[in-house]
Amino acid sequence: MIKTDILIIGAGPTGLFAVFEAGLLQLKCHLIDALPQAGGQCSEIYPKKPIYDIPGFPEVLAGDLVDNLMEQIKPFQPGFTLGERAETIKKLGDGTFVVTTNKGTEHNAPVVAIAGGLGSFEPRKPLLQNLADYEDKGVAYMIKDPEIYRDKKVVLAGGGDSALDWSIFLADVASEVTLVHRRNEFRGALDSVEKVQQLKNEGKINLVTPGEIVGLKGEGKLESVTIRKTSNAAEDIHLKVDEFIPLFGLSPKLGPIADWDLEIEKNAIKVDTFDYQTNIPGVYAIGDVNTYPGKLKLILCGFHEATLMCQSAYQRIFPDKKYVMKYTTVGGISGFDGSKKEAPKAVVKAID
Amino acid sequence: MTDIKIKITDREGVLHEIDAPTDMNMNLMEVVRSYELAPEGTIGICGGMAMCASCQCYVISDHDLPEKSDDEEAMLSEAFNVRENSRLGCQLHINEDMDGLEVELAPEEL
Repeated sequence: MIKTDILIIGAGPTGLFAVFEAGLLQLKCHLIDALPQAGGQCSEIYPKKPIYDIPGFPEVLAGDLVDNLMEQIKPFQPGFTLGERAETIKKLGDGTFVVTTNKGTEHNAPVVAIAGGLGSFEPRKPLLQNLADYEDKGVAYMIKDPEIYRDKKVVLAGGGDSALDWSIFLADVASEVTLVHRRNEFRGALDSVEKVQQLKNEGKINLVTPGEIVGLKGEGKLESVTIRKTSNAAEDIHLKVDEFIPLFGLSPKLGPIADWDLEIEKNAIKVDTFDYQTNIPGVYAIGDVNTYPGKLKLILCGFHEATLMCQSAYQRIFPDKKYVMKYTTVGGISGFDGSKKEAPKAVVKAID
Repeated sequence: MTDIKIKITDREGVLHEIDAPTDMNMNLMEVVRSYELAPEGTIGICGGMAMCASCQCYVISDHDLPEKSDDEEAMLSEAFNVRENSRLGCQLHINEDMDGLEVELAPEEL
């Protein structure tokens, strides 16, 4: 069981900055995120896009903002459970919470801060009637272990980097790789597009564009797919395959948090703007995931909410302790790693 | 201030005839959100970067709309429920030429 002071669900900019504010109060944090890396939407959706409304940064790339936040919170040694989705929450007799992920990892903390943005990122699934029947029986939305595709007939669908990169990788592993995309153009790194072109020319990747997978068949497991090239169904291709991997990116879903008995309004968690606490005492919601009158889904608002949340969390964890906010310029930063940052002393030398 | 009229059929099939401002630097997705014609969190998820398809709509009237950008084209090629007349609302910047535009919101991806 992982133990911490504030358990943060969601490692986007708001969740990351909460680590800093908690650290100033000597509170330790641990973050859970469904994505394999920190940064939330900033890393997953638009790392190369600029943001212009971060105070003090006339322009910053979303990916750079995340890198900076990671650097800023490093002294406070946050723990991470990445690639796992927070699934259930349970209150213990001592008033603390246990949050368990979809992989069974348990986390225990007196305070839970949900900084989940729009929710956890789930694979976008194509609209095929019997798709669910073949999940884990030939259909997978993520490649966890490429070895299971060895010497198999694999069909991939999608037009982004992951579809390209996995087609390239599997060309050496699978016995047959087919990549289906709805148009001739791909949206991916130029290198990857060129490599797929080369593998296509060498006959190692069977490229079907424009095309769309419109049907799945098989008894008990996937045996073939139907690829539609034109609007004329008579020209459909029936391809024998063992595995189908649709790679259409990720989309956020509020997910299991919706079942935590929190008050939900407009797909967001209602909070009290005094300290961003939810209807469950000890459970807070900060950043894009919360809602209140006048709410704006801005990173800078998430930073503010994270800051006030930490103050309230401190009072909750140490009800008897007196605390006065200290400026970092005055108090410096004492990391849990023993590092110390502080403003240099102004008086240098006396004048005779 | 100049407003144009737009007819929007929401995901429940209800028709809304609304006024959209041309001088507020708004796109169609933002207009839909400002009138709350689709629940928050189900439209404009990426904020208007053509990086999700939550604002996909079908253009019913025969307005001459600006060509799709490469980004919009690419996103629509990966979206679901796409038709010949699909557009991303976030890429349709409201202007006078759109007066009388009729669109239908595409179903939410589940």
